[in-house]
Amino acid sequence: MSISVQNLSKSYKDFKAIEAISFDVNKGELFGLIGPDGAGKTTIFRILTTLLLPNEGVASVAGFDVVNDYKSIRNSVGYMPGKFSLYQDLTVEENLQFFATMFGATIEENYDLIRDIYIQIEPFKKRRAGALSGGMKQKLALCCALIHKPKVLFLDEPTTGVDPVSRKEFWEMLKRLQQKGITILVSTPYMDEASLCDRIALIQKGKIFEIDSPKNIISKYSKTIYAVSAQNTHQLLEDLKAFPSQYSVFAFGEFIHYIDQNNDFKSTHLQQYLESKRHTEITIQITTPTIEDVFMDVTSLEN
Amino acid sequence: MEHNKIISVSNLTKTFGDFTAVNNISFEVAKGEIFGFLGANGAGKTTAIKMLIGISKPSSGEATVAGFDIAKQSEMVKKNIGYMSQKFSLYDDLTIKENIRFFGGIYGLSRKEIKEKTAILIAELELEEVANQLVGALPLGWKQKLSFSVALLHEPKIIFLDEPTGGVDPITRRQFWEMIYAQAHKGTTIFVTTHYMDEAEYCDRVSIMVEGKIEALDSPKNLKKQFKVDSMNEVFLKLARNIE
Repeated sequence: MSISVQNLSKSYKDFKAIEAISFDVNKGELFGLIGPDGAGKTTIFRILTTLLLPNEGVASVAGFDVVNDYKSIRNSVGYMPGKFSLYQDLTVEENLQFFATMFGATIEENYDLIRDIYIQIEPFKKRRAGALSGGMKQKLALCCALIHKPKVLFLDEPTTGVDPVSRKEFWEMLKRLQQKGITILVSTPYMDEASLCDRIALIQKGKIFEIDSPKNIISKYSKTIYAVSAQNTHQLLEDLKAFPSQYSVFAFGEFIHYIDQNNDFKSTHLQQYLESKRHTEITIQITTPTIEDVFMDVTSLEN
Repeated sequence: MEHNKIISVSNLTKTFGDFTAVNNISFEVAKGEIFGFLGANGAGKTTAIKMLIGISKPSSGEATVAGFDIAKQSEMVKKNIGYMSQKFSLYDDLTIKENIRFFGGIYGLSRKEIKEKTAILIAELELEEVANQLVGALPLGWKQKLSFSVALLHEPKIIFLDEPTGGVDPITRRQFWEMIYAQAHKGTTIFVTTHYMDEAEYCDRVSIMVEGKIEALDSPKNLKKQFKVDSMNEVFLKLARNIE
């Protein structure tokens, strides 16, 4: 076991950031904490990287206890916080050198680990970190978190605010790092990134709702989802919400995802209802659930 | 047709030294339209928006927003638009009511108007119980809905939303878009940026910026047809090369 978390709780005054959270991450696994801002993801990262003490519960990382063995953990993990935390007035090269030296490592001995990423920012190695673009900062931060060859890598929302192209590239980098034997705990508010993890935990308001592989979470989901479309999407949304037996209605790109309360629901009834509301170009099809569908359903009671 | 155009941009360019951030872009946005302004990080979106809201002068080209020239009448542009971003919205250490009063004052509303607007807004968002609490204590989703409403206090003709839903939970994100729809229905023009490609599908038309230029502009349906793909995400991946 690379990370083990049992009944972890943390409160700030009377605000419960996380409540009795438990999960395990296997060695070499790419594990995702999937949830929106305020879910408690950063609190979990800060406890696991020994920057914050839990109120209750125990946790270990790479075999070390987060409270008693905090010094050993700091040597064994790499941490890329959500907020850019490198030295803005040091150059790219100097930042990397600094982090290597801090951990008693050299760039040369671990260069192999960062090469794929570093060559993309190497043309700017004399530039100050503060003057880099968002994407380059992100790559430099990842290099600095890796340069001491950590056993476990913590990435707190590495892709937030990043465009789809750069996000895709970032995940390809993570897959390559995983192949080199590094255990990775990553958090993201983007539900579509969940499918790129080996296992995920769905988290909202300090609680974990599900832990499993993305595939299993989807196959365990038993409700039937209908993708509905019509000429006037906004009116369709309103009318679906007014349909008496609706369980949930959510816009989903060009479709609206509709779930009915009844198991014996017939889509022809819905078709007739929508026709009576003068909708045109109506399509109703069963669709495969996504992680986002499951997330909205399991967390809907909280909202 | 011309009078239906609330934004009209022609050959707009912005250079910083020898770097061209926005390169000769031209487009129009119709009144009441939901216009998605997409592009990769560093493609020039923020620079373009800064010019459109009157806080950055173009190097060349021109644009009118809500009938005013962005270079010569930038103060009038600011009075006639609303703006909301994920990064800056409300003051955390003021209460909900205080924030509304503050922004109402900034937008030049009278005391009477502010009082009326405050009552309506708090009732619409169902914030009665927390109206005297600090905004900093609100969940992110509520903050975003509130700051959207605050950006509309002075009834602007157009509202600019810069990644309004970043990091928000999926249900609140959808509720936010319902607010956008409702506002567009009342005739307010919506100019929105996002990195969520499903949200691009909710726009009437979408432009995609690549390296300072607008490389595509059409309805999501037509863009998907044009690039022969099934989703806006694929359209985006095909177009927006990484410029680094």
